Amino acid sequence: MSPLSSQALSLSYEQRLIIDALDLQIPRSEITVFVGSNGCGKSTLLKAFARLLKPQQGSVLLDGVAIQKQSTRQVAQKLAILPQGPNAPEGLTVYQLVKQGRYPHQNWLQQWSAQDECLVTQALEATDLIPLMHQPVDALSGGQRQRAWIAMTLAQDTEIVLLDEPTTYLDLTHQIEILDLLFDLNQQQQKTIVMVLHDLNLACRYAHHMVAIHNRTVHAQGRPEAIITEDIVREVFHLDCTISRDPLFGTPLCIPFGKGRRLLKEQANVLA
Amino acid sequence: MPKFYTVRHAALSLQLNLKTLSVLALLLPCVLACVLLALSAGSQWLSPLTVLNELVADGRYAFVLETLRLPRIVMAFMVGAALAVSGLMLQSLIRNPLASPDIIGITGGASAAAVFFLSFLAGSLSVYWLPVAAIIGALLTALIIYGLAWQGGVSPVRLVLIGIGLAAGMNAITTLMIVLSPIATSMTAYVWLTGSVYGTNWQDVSRLLPWLLVLLPWAMSLARSIDAQALGDATAINLGIALQRDRLLVLFISVGLAGAAVAFAGAVSFVGLIAPHIARLLVDRRFASLAPVSALIGGTLVVLADTLGRTVFLPLDMPAGVFVAAVGAPFFIYLLYRHQQ
Repeated sequence: MSPLSSQALSLSYEQRLIIDALDLQIPRSEITVFVGSNGCGKSTLLKAFARLLKPQQGSVLLDGVAIQKQSTRQVAQKLAILPQGPNAPEGLTVYQLVKQGRYPHQNWLQQWSAQDECLVTQALEATDLIPLMHQPVDALSGGQRQRAWIAMTLAQDTEIVLLDEPTTYLDLTHQIEILDLLFDLNQQQQKTIVMVLHDLNLACRYAHHMVAIHNRTVHAQGRPEAIITEDIVREVFHLDCTISRDPLFGTPLCIPFGKGRRLLKEQANVLA
Repeated sequence: MPKFYTVRHAALSLQLNLKTLSVLALLLPCVLACVLLALSAGSQWLSPLTVLNELVADGRYAFVLETLRLPRIVMAFMVGAALAVSGLMLQSLIRNPLASPDIIGITGGASAAAVFFLSFLAGSLSVYWLPVAAIIGALLTALIIYGLAWQGGVSPVRLVLIGIGLAAGMNAITTLMIVLSPIATSMTAYVWLTGSVYGTNWQDVSRLLPWLLVLLPWAMSLARSIDAQALGDATAINLGIALQRDRLLVLFISVGLAGAAVAFAGAVSFVGLIAPHIARLLVDRRFASLAPVSALIGGTLVVLADTLGRTVFLPLDMPAGVFVAAVGAPFFIYLLYRHQQ
């Protein structure tokens, strides 16, 4: 059974219908990536899956039960979401931020159990943040900051992790670093990961399951190599392209048409 | 690097910040010293040793100390502590370091109600009802702010903008009422508006105390939620916080604290703004650390301000509110300066 799914889910934002009667199942222990053009509703859908947005109609099911009917604390023990561009209060240290991830597992008397300490340390180790743990989050670079927030969701120790554009504003090196980290988590701990990504080629490389959202519903879903075709990219992104293979990974590689410098064959051969 | 002490038993586990504990341990004797100084100072200076003696064995100064000075000092301390914690809660709630009960209209609402009482009802109702009027004014204002900010949930930005608007409106109404009322009433209203603990007796103390005994522990019980709320709405919900419920609780506890303090001492401003900032410069950012330190700082500030108010311009007794900024601002600037070094 799918750990997270939607049933006839309709979402609207300021009276505009964004998602219309959608049935979608997120596969367990895989990486699912939502793709689509700007404003297609992929972030909105992710928020609804994390109960940050109330459905207009229909429901989101977590372990088969409507998410709005479960206590928000119980949900927080099973599912974590990293929102887009989160902001830490001034002066908050990495350690303090990551410790907050344990909140749903704590109570007034048990504020710092041995398990809390162990999981916070593991989260800091997995994200290579031990040397920076007592630095304020706002003093870190973009990539380090994003790692700190991911560490917080790791400390939350949930089976499902949702991430809304975790690589936005990061340079390519740090994008790869974050995606590799998430890939390892999926491989080593079998976490179910759902994220929104903008870069179609990176999405093809890391996603087991890709969901292309267009026109208020799912336009196509499946293995990237099965669904990414020139037609789909044209329909979903309004972009003409040719699909090649990633020379390293063999995954689909989308090469957009358009304008740009065009090297002659001889020049290209010299470079090669 | 911060040092921690971990408490771990079957029923209880806690992580204590050693720096915060040592700041508290240093602060407590300072607070007691200030109280002792406040007891000594007055139209007649009594040496601290005399004061200590008189407090245990009733002597010839018992009346001055135990009936005139002590209740006033205790009241000043409670008022400062309540306003400080109220300000700290509002600053966390609104995620804005400039928030305080006087800025988002809560003090303004209490003042308008109190001046209305002094101008139009004081003839027919006993002055004992003044605090009740002020608390009702504060709570009504908070309800209006919350109601106007509601949009299927309230956001911090809407709370602060509507609060500032309402504060301006309340100040206008207060000024209008003062202008319209007879001159004798205006004087009383002005003193009240500046904030004064003049003429406090033990009965006043015992009427304010229950508010603090209920609201301060309640505020502390929300400490972990308040810390998580500081990470933003989405993260707070992610961590399993019933965001709108907790936000409403924080707002009303904060209003209750400010309303009760203002009801008994008038519109003492600036404490709610500055005490939490001083606390932030001394201890770590957790509400559980900041709240007690803010309370001690706020209480001490008002005690010192009132001590200055009743001694510097003898035989005049100036309202404590006049001196809060005079005591607080230099200390705050000193801390900021030292913090930069």
